[in-house]
Amino acid sequence: MIGATVTREAVLELLTEVKDPELPMIDVVELGVVRDVVFEGGAVRVDITPTYSGCPAIQVIEREIVATLSSYGFDDVKVRTVYSPAWTTDFMSDATKEKFREHGIAPPRGSAETTGIAELVSLRRSQRTIECPFCRSANTVQKSEFGSTACKSIHFCNSCHQPFDHFKSF
Amino acid sequence: MNPVRRKDVSSTSQASPASSIAFEYLLRLGDDRLVLGHRLSEWCGHGPILEEDIALANIALDLIGQASLYLKLAGETEGKGRSEDALAYFREATDFRNVQMVELPKGDYGFTIVRQFFFDVFSYHLLEQLQKSSNSELAGIAAKGFKEVRYHVRHSSEWVVRLGDGTEESHARAQKAVNELWRFTGEMFAADDVDREMATAGIGTDPSALKSRWEAVVKDVLSRATLTIPDEPYAMTGGRMGRHTEYLGHMLSDMQIVARSHPGAEW
Repeated sequence: MIGATVTREAVLELLTEVKDPELPMIDVVELGVVRDVVFEGGAVRVDITPTYSGCPAIQVIEREIVATLSSYGFDDVKVRTVYSPAWTTDFMSDATKEKFREHGIAPPRGSAETTGIAELVSLRRSQRTIECPFCRSANTVQKSEFGSTACKSIHFCNSCHQPFDHFKSF
Repeated sequence: MNPVRRKDVSSTSQASPASSIAFEYLLRLGDDRLVLGHRLSEWCGHGPILEEDIALANIALDLIGQASLYLKLAGETEGKGRSEDALAYFREATDFRNVQMVELPKGDYGFTIVRQFFFDVFSYHLLEQLQKSSNSELAGIAAKGFKEVRYHVRHSSEWVVRLGDGTEESHARAQKAVNELWRFTGEMFAADDVDREMATAGIGTDPSALKSRWEAVVKDVLSRATLTIPDEPYAMTGGRMGRHTEYLGHMLSDMQIVARSHPGAEW
């Protein structure tokens, strides 16, 4: 597979086969975890960034990247973890965010919050309404800041009486 | 505690003085988060309600994740081939550089929340500065942690108000926690030569400069929680130099036993 014709874009396309193990409908390229692909001599280097510092999926993702590219004949694959710029939900396109809703997770809305600490401790909830991913009602309430994974919070829809996850703007 | 041994270790170091100071500084950042993350993880399966069990486990995961990044960078800075796991699992209590506050047993839920709040507000202000570090790796790690700490601050401050301004019992327990913890809070802001050198180099930040901002937030939240700050002039210190309470050794024996029983094991 490695030859003069292999492009960065072609490798990125192959990497869309690697999914986030906790979000199997999203691939690691559209998630923004893959930051770059660089050819170094005979090797291909993939730069990745974790969503959260303690994200347990990152090691699985790293292994999957190596395994996937190896299966296409890349013998020398390096995965480098980079931390800057820090991962943000803003890396994802609207089309990607829509996939969350299709799977019952309210997608992140707007840009990551940057309010100061006075606002954070004020008990004033973020003014953003989290729409129910099932019935689209805005009549929902947050049950917990933290959900099944660090990147999600738990909400409840008062209209269709369904609990649901929300992927936090981060 | 064994100051002689520590001296020996640093004098045989191959690293330059500048990098051994950076190593020391990174250990402090890593150890605060590793030890507090472990204490929080002790709630896993024991939380007062399911949502809090999940929340505390998530915050523990964030802190241990942050710790592993700082300790990895510390190991690389030291240049002796020690990984983040080697630093976490194969150092003795006297080699840990965390503040004493984070090693105290988890206590009741009120104690855990009040301690977390004190630490979160400190960490918020610290990481806000560290993301501007001249060391791009440190800046990146801090920027990532800063985003996470925003959620931690919101969570713990909310619970401080809920417990303090809650029932008679929750108020009494939260107040007891504030009284017991207050003397441990000063250590977070006690700057020494390591802090000052790292601040001068543009790599770190002087924690003493964060104290007034920390106090303003803490006083605001505690007053809304109807909790009072004790008149406690005494401040515990020593953690940054490896002097710890009796609790750290017990905690480490629990935290380190698997790695030490099976050295080199991978999973």
